[in-house]
Amino acid sequence: MSPEKLDLLQGTLDLMVLQTLTVMGSMHGYGIARRIEQVSANEVLLNQGTIYASLVRLEQRGWISSSWGTSDNNRKAKFYAITAAGKRQLAADARYWERLKDVMERVLTMEDSAEGADA
Amino acid sequence: MSETLRLLKRLWAFIRRKPLDNDLEAELAAHLQMAIDDNIARGLKPIEARRLALISMGGMEQARYRQREARGFMTLDVLKQDLKYTLRTLWRDPSFTIVAALILALAIGANIAVFSVVNTLLLRPLPFPNAHELVWIAPPPAKCGLSCATYSTDAYDEFRTGSRSYQDVTGYFAFSGPDNLSLNLGGAPIPATSIDVIQNFFQLLGVHAQMGRVFRPEDARNGAAPVILLSNAWWKRQFNSDPNIVGKAFDMNGQQTTVIGVLPESFDFGAVFAPGTKVDAITPLNLYGPPRDWGNIITMIGRMKPGVTLGQAVDEAARVAPHMCWNNKQPRSCGDYKDGVVPVPLKDYISGKLRRSLVVLWSAVGAILLIACVNLSNLLLARAAARAKEFAMRGALGASRGRIVRQLLTESLVLSGLGAIFGFMLAVILVQWLAHQGAIALPLLSTLHMDSAAVGWTALIAIFSATLFGLVPGLRMAGGNVYESLKDAGPGATASRKHERTRSVLVVSEVALACMLLVGAGLLLRSFINVLNVDLGFEPDHAAAIKVDYNDTVPNDKNGDLAAQKRGVIFQQILSRVGALPGVEAAGMVDYLPLRQNRAWGLPFPKGVKRPEKIDSGPLVYVISPGYMRAMGTPIRGRDFTWSDGPKSEPVVLINKSFAKFLAGFAKWPNGDAVGQSLSNGSDADLHVVGIVDDVHEENVDGDTGWQIYYPMTQAGPNGAELVVRTRMNPASLAGPVLAALREMNPKQPAAEFKPIRLLVNHAVSGRQFFMLLVVAFAVLGLLLAALGIYGVISYTVTRQTQEIGIRMALGASAGKVRQRVLLSTMRLALIGVAIGLCASLECARMMAALLFNTSPWDIVTYGSMALLLLVIAAFSGYVPAFRASRINPIVALRTN
Repeated sequence: MSPEKLDLLQGTLDLMVLQTLTVMGSMHGYGIARRIEQVSANEVLLNQGTIYASLVRLEQRGWISSSWGTSDNNRKAKFYAITAAGKRQLAADARYWERLKDVMERVLTMEDSAEGADA
Repeated sequence: MSETLRLLKRLWAFIRRKPLDNDLEAELAAHLQMAIDDNIARGLKPIEARRLALISMGGMEQARYRQREARGFMTLDVLKQDLKYTLRTLWRDPSFTIVAALILALAIGANIAVFSVVNTLLLRPLPFPNAHELVWIAPPPAKCGLSCATYSTDAYDEFRTGSRSYQDVTGYFAFSGPDNLSLNLGGAPIPATSIDVIQNFFQLLGVHAQMGRVFRPEDARNGAAPVILLSNAWWKRQFNSDPNIVGKAFDMNGQQTTVIGVLPESFDFGAVFAPGTKVDAITPLNLYGPPRDWGNIITMIGRMKPGVTLGQAVDEAARVAPHMCWNNKQPRSCGDYKDGVVPVPLKDYISGKLRRSLVVLWSAVGAILLIACVNLSNLLLARAAARAKEFAMRGALGASRGRIVRQLLTESLVLSGLGAIFGFMLAVILVQWLAHQGAIALPLLSTLHMDSAAVGWTALIAIFSATLFGLVPGLRMAGGNVYESLKDAGPGATASRKHERTRSVLVVSEVALACMLLVGAGLLLRSFINVLNVDLGFEPDHAAAIKVDYNDTVPNDKNGDLAAQKRGVIFQQILSRVGALPGVEAAGMVDYLPLRQNRAWGLPFPKGVKRPEKIDSGPLVYVISPGYMRAMGTPIRGRDFTWSDGPKSEPVVLINKSFAKFLAGFAKWPNGDAVGQSLSNGSDADLHVVGIVDDVHEENVDGDTGWQIYYPMTQAGPNGAELVVRTRMNPASLAGPVLAALREMNPKQPAAEFKPIRLLVNHAVSGRQFFMLLVVAFAVLGLLLAALGIYGVISYTVTRQTQEIGIRMALGASAGKVRQRVLLSTMRLALIGVAIGLCASLECARMMAALLFNTSPWDIVTYGSMALLLLVIAAFSGYVPAFRASRINPIVALRTN
C-alpha cells in the first residue's frame, strides 16, 4: 500500500455519512466530517468541503433530513438526521459492501495470484 | 423512486438558486468558524487556526461548486450563462442582430408557410375521418370532358349494389354551375351556388352537421319536401349566423325550401371537390326523378371497407364495370363503362397533380434557407474574425475549445430562435392570407392553417439552420491558434487568409444557389407568359357574362318544341334589349361558358359513312344563341345561327376546326370542307353544318383543345343561360345597366355576378400563376441575399486590405486601377458561382420539365438572361466597396496600424 491517503470510491462517502448519522444521531456537516476523519484515523483523503455535495445528494433522495439549530458552542449550524428511508438504504448498502469485501478478499487471496501479490 | 424525487428536487434547486446558495453560504461559514474554534481551542493562533481550517476544508470555491453540481444541473447553469452572455453581445451589436434575424425570419417564414401548404395538400390526410378509405371512382381521362368523367344514375346503382369492397358509394351532380340558386327574401333575388349530392354523401365522408342534421334517404325521394343544408360561410354571411335557422323555410328557385342543417366550418365542398369556387349550399339529388334520363351526371366517391386494399377495389371495379348500363332501358348501352371504372385514392385525385409543383416549391424554399444560412455563416465569420482576440483571451484563461464552440452555437441558436419567432409570425400572416385566396384554383387552400406540425417544423428548421450556419464559424474560431490570434498578425496573416477562402467558398455557393433559383423562376415565368399568350379561340378582354334567369316551361309541351319557341322569344327580346344598351357591341347567350363545365352528347358522324368501331368520345356540346360567337370574339367560317333556325326548321350546328378535320378524314366532302354538309346523330334528324369556328380552350388554357359542337338554343335544350356582352369600354361599367335591363324584363332575375371573361381565364391559370409567383418571389429573395453576401465579403476584403491598397496607391496605382482590381475579384467569385449554378440548373430543369409550357428546360434565353442579371447584381454589390477602396487616402491608410 502506498503511504498516501485513500481516495474515496464513488458513493462510499454517502455510506459513511449515513452510518455516522445512525450512530451519532443528529449532527452538523463539520461534525460529520470530523467524525469520519477520526474514525478513519486520517487514512481517508477527505476535503471537508466535499461533505456538502454528499449531504445535499442524500437529502434530495429523502434519506436524511436537515434543520437549522445551535451547536454546543452556541453557533448556528445546519443539523442533519437520518430518516427511516435512509436507515433502510444504509442496511442495503452495508450488505452490499460486506459482499463486495468478501469477494475482493477471496479474489485477492487467490492461490495462483501469489507470485504477483508482493507488489 | 428516490431518484425521481431527486430529479424533481434538482429541478427545483435549479429554479430556486438564490435561497439555496444563501443557505449553503451560511452553512459553509458555520463550518469554517467551528473548525477555527476547534483549532484555537487546541492552542493555535487565530491566523494559523484559520489557515489550517481552510486547508482541511479543501477550498471553499470547490466545496460550493461540488455542492451546486450535486444539487442542481450544472449544464443548465452553464447554458444560462452562455445565454446571458449571448444576449448581451447581441444587444451590443443591434445592427448585426437585426440584419441576421431579418434574413432568418424571411427564410424561415417562407419555409414554414410552404411547409403548411405542402402539409395540407400532400402530407396530411384529407379532412375526413379515416380518409385513406376514400376513393374517387372515374374513367381514365378522355377528350370529352365531364360527360366522360361521370356516370349515369343506372350505372351508379349497379356499381353500388354490385361491389363488395365498399362500405358505401356516393356521388354528386357534376354539372351544377355557379349562381344556380336564387334565394328570394322579398327584395331582389339573391344568387347563390348549390350542389346536388346523393343523400348518403355526408354519412360516407363522415361529416356531421354543426346544427340540425344532414340528409336522410327520404329527403331525396320523389315528392319529398325540398330541403337544403347551408355551408357555414353562407350561414354566417347571408343569415347572420342565425342560431334558430334550422327548420326555417325560404323561397329558393321558387320553391319553399326548408333549412335542415348548417355544415361545420371544417367542411368546404369547393375546397375539396371544386377548387377555387365557393359552394353556398348543398341539396339532395333525387336519383329516381328526372336525373334518371340525363345520362352521365354523377361523379362517384366510395369508402372502402376496412382492410380492403386499393388493388382489390380496382380489380373488383373492372369486374363490375361490364355490367353497368348507361341506361337500363337500352340494353345496348350495357357495357359502355367497360375499362371505365377505376378507383383512385381520393387524395391523389384532389392533389396528386400538384405533387411536382409542390416539390419544386419546397426545393425553392429550401434553397432560400440554404442561402440564408450561408449568408449568416458569412456574417458570423466576419464577426468572429473581429472577436478572434476575445476568444483567444478566453482560451488563454482556460476556457476549453468545446466551451467556446458551445458559446458560439448558443449564439447561433439564439439568432435562429429569434428568426424562427419572427418567421413564424410572418408565416402565420402568409398562411392566413393564402387561406382566404378563394380565387386560386388550388384544392384545400381554405383549410390551410398553422398546426402543431408547423410548430414542430419551425423548431426543426431553427435548430437545423443554427447548426448549419453556426458550425463553420464555430470550428474556424475554436480551431484557431491561440498564440497567433493573440498577437494578431494583422494583414496577410494566415488565419485571416484561411477565413477569406472559407468566405469565398460560401459566397460562391450562395451565388450558385441563387442562380439555380433564378433559372427555375425564369423558366416558370416564361411558361406562364406563354400560357397567357395562348390563342384561346375567344377574346377574353372587353367581354363579361352574367347568368340569366328565364322560364321557358309550357304546359302540355310534348317534345319541347313549345318551350324552345318560348325560349327563342325570351332570348331574342333580351338580346335585342341588351344589344341596344350604349356601349354594347355584341351580345349572345350560351349555357356553359368556356373553362367552366362542359358535357358531351355522343358523336354525330358524316351522313352515309359507316362509323368506326372504337371511338368512345364525342365532341363537347354548347347550346348557344345567335350572336354568341361575335360576343365571345370567336371567328366563324360559314354563317352564324339566326332566330329563324327554330324548332320546326332544319336542325343546324356549328362545329370547331378540330372536329371538322376529324370528320373530313372519313367523309368524301368536296375540298374536305364540312360547311354545308350533313351529320347523322343516329336516331334524330340530320344536323346541317352551317359554319366552322375556331378551337376554343374549353377545359384548360395550357392543354390541348378537343372537339366542339354548337347547337342553337331554339333547337336544343340549354342547361341555363349565360348572357355574354362585348363592349369597347371597361366591362364592369356595363354591370348596372345590363342587370337593370334584365330586371325590367324579368323581376325574378337575381343580382348575379357580372363577371369579366378574363376572370375565367385568370381562374384557369391561377394555380400555375400561384406557383410561378411564389418561385419568382423566392428567386428575388435569393438574389437579394446573394447580393448581400457578395457585398459583405468584398467590403470585408477591402477593409482588410486598406493598407495594401494604400501602398499600391502611394506607388502610383490610379483610383480606377484599384476599383478595377476589386471589381475583378468580385466578378471572379460571381462567375464561378454562376457557372456552377448554371450546370446544376441544367439538371434541376429536367425535373421541372413537366411544369413548363412551350418552354424548353434548356431555354437559352432564360439561362442567358438570368446569368446576366446575376452578374449585373454582383457587379453592383461589388461596386460599392470598390468605390470605397478607390477613395482610400494612401497617407491615412499607411498611418493606421
